[in-house]
Amino acid sequence: MASRYVGQKIKRTEDPRLIKGIGHYVDDIKLPDTLHCVILHSIYAHARINSIDTEAAAALPGVVAIYTGADIKDKIGNVPVASALETLKVPPHPVLAVDKVRYVGEPVAAVVANDKYIARDALDLIVVDYDPLDAVVDPEKTAAGEGPLIHEQFSDNIAVTWKLEGGSSIDDAFKNADRIVKQRLVNQRLAPIAMEPRGVLARYLPGENELTLWSSTQIPHLMRTQVALMIGLPENRLRVITPEVGGGFGSKLNVYGEEALCSFISMQLHRPVKWIETRRENIQNTIHGRGQIGNMEVAVKNDGTLLGLKYKVIADLGAYHQLLTPAIPTLTGLMLSGAYKIPAILMELTGVFTNKVATDAYRGAGRPEATFIVERIVDVVAQELNLDPVDVRRRNFPKPNEFPFATATGLFYDSGNYDAALDKALEMVDYKELRTQQKKARDEGKLIGIGVSSYVEICALGPSAAMPAGGWESATVRVEPTGKVTVLTGTSPHGQGQETSFAQIVADSLGVDLNDVLVIHGDTSIVQYGIGTFGSRATAVGGTAVVMAMDKVVTKAKKIAAHLLQAGDAEISFDNGKFCCVTRAPEKAAAEGVGGAVVQSPAAALPEPNPGKTVSIQEVALAAHLANNLPPDTEPGLSATHFFEPKNFTFPFGTHICVVEVDKETGEIEILRYVAVDDCGKVINPLLVHGQVHGGIVQGLGQALYEEVVYDETGQLITGTLMDYAVPKAHQMPRMELDRTETPTDVNPLGIKGVGEAGTIGATPCIVNAVVDALSQFGVRDIEMPLKPEKLWRLMNQN
Amino acid sequence: MKQSVSLTINGKSFQQEVEPRMLLVHLIRDEAGLTGTHIGCETSICGACTVLLNGQSVKSCTILAVQADGAQITTIEGLAANGQLHPVQEGFWEQHGLQCGYCTPGMIMSSCQILDRNPNPSEEEIREGLEGNLCRCTGYQHIADAVNYAANKMKAHSASGD
Repeated sequence: MASRYVGQKIKRTEDPRLIKGIGHYVDDIKLPDTLHCVILHSIYAHARINSIDTEAAAALPGVVAIYTGADIKDKIGNVPVASALETLKVPPHPVLAVDKVRYVGEPVAAVVANDKYIARDALDLIVVDYDPLDAVVDPEKTAAGEGPLIHEQFSDNIAVTWKLEGGSSIDDAFKNADRIVKQRLVNQRLAPIAMEPRGVLARYLPGENELTLWSSTQIPHLMRTQVALMIGLPENRLRVITPEVGGGFGSKLNVYGEEALCSFISMQLHRPVKWIETRRENIQNTIHGRGQIGNMEVAVKNDGTLLGLKYKVIADLGAYHQLLTPAIPTLTGLMLSGAYKIPAILMELTGVFTNKVATDAYRGAGRPEATFIVERIVDVVAQELNLDPVDVRRRNFPKPNEFPFATATGLFYDSGNYDAALDKALEMVDYKELRTQQKKARDEGKLIGIGVSSYVEICALGPSAAMPAGGWESATVRVEPTGKVTVLTGTSPHGQGQETSFAQIVADSLGVDLNDVLVIHGDTSIVQYGIGTFGSRATAVGGTAVVMAMDKVVTKAKKIAAHLLQAGDAEISFDNGKFCCVTRAPEKAAAEGVGGAVVQSPAAALPEPNPGKTVSIQEVALAAHLANNLPPDTEPGLSATHFFEPKNFTFPFGTHICVVEVDKETGEIEILRYVAVDDCGKVINPLLVHGQVHGGIVQGLGQALYEEVVYDETGQLITGTLMDYAVPKAHQMPRMELDRTETPTDVNPLGIKGVGEAGTIGATPCIVNAVVDALSQFGVRDIEMPLKPEKLWRLMNQN
Repeated sequence: MKQSVSLTINGKSFQQEVEPRMLLVHLIRDEAGLTGTHIGCETSICGACTVLLNGQSVKSCTILAVQADGAQITTIEGLAANGQLHPVQEGFWEQHGLQCGYCTPGMIMSSCQILDRNPNPSEEEIREGLEGNLCRCTGYQHIADAVNYAANKMKAHSASGD
């Protein structure tokens, strides 16, 4: 098959509308008579609600309706959680608080008005009488049993305990060790901060009994199912449309209350209802990520060989569960083997309720936490044993011939060549020379640090057996009568560029122009059921569904082409958009008087081949729709759907190396070099892969250097705006040097692994390792993130 | 209570009675119907709402519509001329300077301002100039490349004298 597009740097077909400002995000969709919904949030982390007085607000001209928890509690179901953990406590999670609030920002009431300014005015007129309670903020104290109950029906604030133990005997590993290396490691709470906050527009048409819900989400179909259940509308009466979505990073891989609330209100008032999240609401109410406080212990031999690993972790889950809240730390457990052969692994998880918003999937979702603690502990091991951190990594890598590699946590890494990626990264920085220069610089009083991180991540989520709500993906490929191609994908891209990359795959395989392929996503009335975009799955799983559907189309088209060329199916080749008769003259079949029907004759009976007669895919498409000259038993039309169930996850990997200089006087960090060698298998569009890696690395550096959600001891959110929550800016970030190795996988026919989260996963430990290395002369072996200059200055000046 | 404001948006005159408290970004988006200008934070940190006001880049979420009375406003929709993309728009497309596209209009408007003030910026100057615009997708590298592409294109254009 010709490869005009796949593997090439193709400019995105999405871009023209976006660079002209004429695309449509939810808030850009205007419907006549739309009502504006705004939400009153709790100002307390933990309090009883005595009363809510809405009288003055309701009297404000322009206000149409006000709803409190009491008004809707029997009419809208709870916010759903998808988790099958046995010990999990699942408290009811109402859309609007009833009787009690459990975190700052919890929705308490909703105002609906003709004008958004008036709606906001009305919020100020609502009087809520609260009885504040002590707040549960510190996860470690909570795990130890301190603090009042957040949910009174439970006996404590422990939401879940979970244990993962695999491989050989962990006790033996620790008994046989030359040394046991311990380190406390913290992954702080982060806010995902998609640049477009969430938004909802709901329009109910009573005559048709049809609700259309425009939502800024990563999972339109799952959203439809869940919202239908929450509001009691038959699922087939609900249409979810995701217009442009301005970033997600996991924060829109969820079902929140506002979608159901706006739907319900539109059904009550028979007018469209719009709710657009403010940034403050986004930081208060949309899920956070990370939030793990862990203790790592590894059993090692003196040469750096890892024998066993224990991770005891407290996960700060927040007040209620969102869709995947309790599942995220379990993903950390699965990935605890990192890029290494670790014969015995034990993880003990305690997930606690706290008076904070829920944690859930944020770019990487459990894997950055795993990679961070594994890559940090490897460096601590190297430091304690006085070994080069590169040598410790290499010593413990599984070698290429050991794949598929079974981890002690029960995963099968599909393919890998970890040494190759490491070697390439070392070569790019000239590691030996770099260490020499570092020594020299140190002698001159300069604090240079070198950090290495060799990660493995789990992508292409995933086999349905291992997923809470289906791990397959769907696609329809349809060749229209004019030969234009329409692709319907169940994935829901929101910046990844699959309108382009899927079109590349299809255009190459069908031999059509890229611009003749239209990829449609994010409309549940147009697209067959799908799962969505998250977990670096869209191309590996959704792209494979496209390939499979296309194969079905080509098979059918071949049959029609054979008929048109009066040949047998097996005598037709398809290349570059043309079906060609390759083995014999077609007259034979006609002469046999079967009217061009496919005849399977013994080869010996056939006349000499007469190649060269062709028919194009466009001609076949037209014939398929005219349907007046089709082979017998052939359905009209040229369209096929495929639901692809992957047999395994994929496991991309790579090595990142970062060089930093820490200013002795100020503690400021300068990134001198950032090199990333990633292996995501085969690449459809290098431009898009680079974009994903760049963005991922910067989010990873953001966690390491700047970002941190802070609640004070009363549960007040201190970092509630972008003035306080520090998202990396252009001038703070380095120019990154990227390269790749390419180890294909047999998990999918495209040989691709996924790349959406790799950068984030590799980057965080990489730079922390570099900064710790820079400060090693001060006896520093770990620094809690974010690595603020003040913290570094204190470490350098503590004596 | 309402006040009349008259301004020119992308070369077209626009007049409207507005409440004095109405933000310029709401006038642009809701009254003039130009939704390419986005709202990302309301605290003038993220820059998604950046427009040009009398040729100066401003964050339209923290300016009142009445303050813009009499002004010339350029939004993202007004940048392409005669169906031709502005070199900065072209740069963002060529260099993959956008992913989700939400910050992009503000980024492009700020980039125009950077090149207006300094036709030959270094990468450091480009990055410093974009300090007031947040992007969560790209990691900024392709954005810096996009602005550099536009600078070269505009230089070549003015050197060729047309």
